[in-house]
Amino acid sequence: MSAKLAGPNIQLNELGKLKHFLTLEGLKAHHLTEILDTAESFINPVTNEIKKVPILRGKSIMNLFFEPSTRTRTTFEIAEKRLSADVESLDIQTSATKKGESLLDTLWNLQAMQADMFVIRHSESGAAHFFSQHVAPHVHVMNAGDGQHAHPTQAMLDMFTIRKHKGDIFDLTVAIVGDVLHSRVVRSQIQALSILEAREIRVIGPKTLMPESPEAMGVHVYHNMEEGLKDVDVVIMVRLQNERMTSALIPSEKEFFKLYGLTEERLALAKPDAIVMHPGPINRGVEIDSAVADGPQSVILEQVTYGIAVRMAVMSIIMSNAAQLAQHKLEQEQQASLDLIEYNVQTGDTL
Amino acid sequence: MRRIIKNGRVIDPSQNLDKTTNVYLSRGRIVAVADEAPDGFTADQEIDATGKWILPGLVDLQARLGEPGSQYAGSIASETKAAVSGGITSICCPPDTSPVNDSQAVTELLQRRARQAATAFVMPIGAITQGLDGERLSNSFSLKEAGCIALSQADKPIQNSLTLKNALEYNSTLDIPIFLRCEDKQLRNGGIAHSGPVSSRLGLPENPPAAETAALARDLVLVEESGVKAHFSQLSCARSVELIADAKKRGLPVTCDVAIHQLHLSEMDLLSFNSLFNVSPPLRSMNDKQALIQGVRNGVIDVIVSDHTPLERDTKLLPFGESAPGISGLETLLALLLKLVQNGDLDLMTAVRSVTQMPAQIIGCQTGSLVENSSADFCIVDPEAIWTLETKQMLSKGKNTPFAGWEFVGQVEETFFQGRPVYRRDSN
Repeated sequence: MSAKLAGPNIQLNELGKLKHFLTLEGLKAHHLTEILDTAESFINPVTNEIKKVPILRGKSIMNLFFEPSTRTRTTFEIAEKRLSADVESLDIQTSATKKGESLLDTLWNLQAMQADMFVIRHSESGAAHFFSQHVAPHVHVMNAGDGQHAHPTQAMLDMFTIRKHKGDIFDLTVAIVGDVLHSRVVRSQIQALSILEAREIRVIGPKTLMPESPEAMGVHVYHNMEEGLKDVDVVIMVRLQNERMTSALIPSEKEFFKLYGLTEERLALAKPDAIVMHPGPINRGVEIDSAVADGPQSVILEQVTYGIAVRMAVMSIIMSNAAQLAQHKLEQEQQASLDLIEYNVQTGDTL
Repeated sequence: MRRIIKNGRVIDPSQNLDKTTNVYLSRGRIVAVADEAPDGFTADQEIDATGKWILPGLVDLQARLGEPGSQYAGSIASETKAAVSGGITSICCPPDTSPVNDSQAVTELLQRRARQAATAFVMPIGAITQGLDGERLSNSFSLKEAGCIALSQADKPIQNSLTLKNALEYNSTLDIPIFLRCEDKQLRNGGIAHSGPVSSRLGLPENPPAAETAALARDLVLVEESGVKAHFSQLSCARSVELIADAKKRGLPVTCDVAIHQLHLSEMDLLSFNSLFNVSPPLRSMNDKQALIQGVRNGVIDVIVSDHTPLERDTKLLPFGESAPGISGLETLLALLLKLVQNGDLDLMTAVRSVTQMPAQIIGCQTGSLVENSSADFCIVDPEAIWTLETKQMLSKGKNTPFAGWEFVGQVEETFFQGRPVYRRDSN
């Protein structure tokens, strides 16, 4: 598809640096590499006894979760607190509009409480874009998952995990297995892998769990697990939601496991040093065999740990970019004043 | 009052007329379209239309007016004013009002309000089923008697095939057209964006073409069995055009329409998640768009509608999936139509026919024409006027348009309804 996504540019500031973090689509490799490199520096605070750093001291971050989440919300909160931010988490699980207040009024009220950043999870695709278009210029938005669209921090922690084990994303063949249609994580993973120029991205699953045009995302589609796993470097399993069975997208968990479950035998088709990932929570015996989930090639728990470092990295980058932009503007103003004085001196004009 | 509109280019597809001549009107009716005045005709007023076009007042088969129930989004008074500013003088309003137009009382209320506004014909469409519930048939004969010009389910197609079969068979004896919008709710599965590359990328829930085409195929079978005169509303898919073409070829009494925005926009417009592009049925692929244009060009698609849906600002100021679908379209119907002509997609006569002669013919009304003794409803268009749509200048209460900022060539200068001027550009 030739058309560019019009939205992502709104997440960059005048200097082309991250202002919001809404999606990976439209970002450049250097944006992603900066996040991964910065996350490296936060690995120590994660494992050290003194885990806090004062980077966001005095900043106020509000976590707005319009749909339930435990893992993502907790890791965001931990990341924010480790950066020394003031944190408020609000469960707004029924739409504010249903309570009589418009969604934007809710946002603007919270903004009036001097929030510097909103972390937003919402059931509608594009919700984070929508919010970012309506916040004040000094307020930042981070997408913690919107509908089936994007979950960029999850994808970045996956990239971080891959890089930790494989050194580089470039030249890797990655297979993503399961519910591609409904997964915001998969969309973001595919974008991250594309930007970082993975050699090949494969998606594996039944037709009922694929979007209409998966190829438009730059992937190769497989409906046969054995073929799809052949010689891959990374296997990413995707969680299968229970409602997919009730909505007749697949006949049963048992049948899904038979066709697409990751077993030791199937994993043996991948490269011997392939790693196995899963954004969690895992369904043992549905997507993945326990022997694989707990096996030597599994890096599932590492992903959780790295999630904190990656979220710390993105938040600190965004805040640092804001400070840099303010400094840049100040310097521009100072330069303009100096230019005016020089002009006045040259022309003999006085105020 | 007797008037002559002189030296305008009169374009009236109902008479296959496209020539520079004069229009004579008296007592709210067209007396003649001719170079010479009829015997004994003396005018009280002469209007010089040199360099201008004179078109029959447009007939819009699908426009919501807000009343009753959503007056904050639009009222008959506000929306008919908006309509005539776009050259539309006959408006068919679907029954999804609140309360639903499934009774004589609601039909009569709509007509009374329209008479009070006295700006354009408002032609109510009655509900096929009570409360649009898709289960119990409405008193359709009573609705027809009260003045409904057609029956429809608005955007709530009957899902139960047996109920639909009964509705079509019962109404086939009443000589009233049935408007059907085709959508299989199960196949749609809550989808809001065309299934394709854009929905795949953005993760917007998919609304597949089959949701429309499968329902259309079913409806065509039942229409054929019942013999009812059916009009299919708001087609959006290339395959739908083929299905209608086949049905027409086999001699079924079917006609169809498309919303004007479907001929200009596509799924690609969703890329910024802008809620103003949220419409139902969704904007589809470029291929669908081209097939729809081709369908109008070759006559398979008979009518173009505005699908005017005025909405409150707050109902669009939401994430895409939570926003209400719909475009405020009365003021852009003709402008967008002329753009298709300028782009070379349609010839002028076909374009004008699709919003005048054909819709009038489908509902069996004597409007959309400048034949002698018809109601003197027409608009004078300045074909050279270049203008930009600005929402603050819109007369509709609904400012929900994705066309704001678009530049158009050709603008309505003056509109007459029953021989009276009801809109003049300069005075507004």
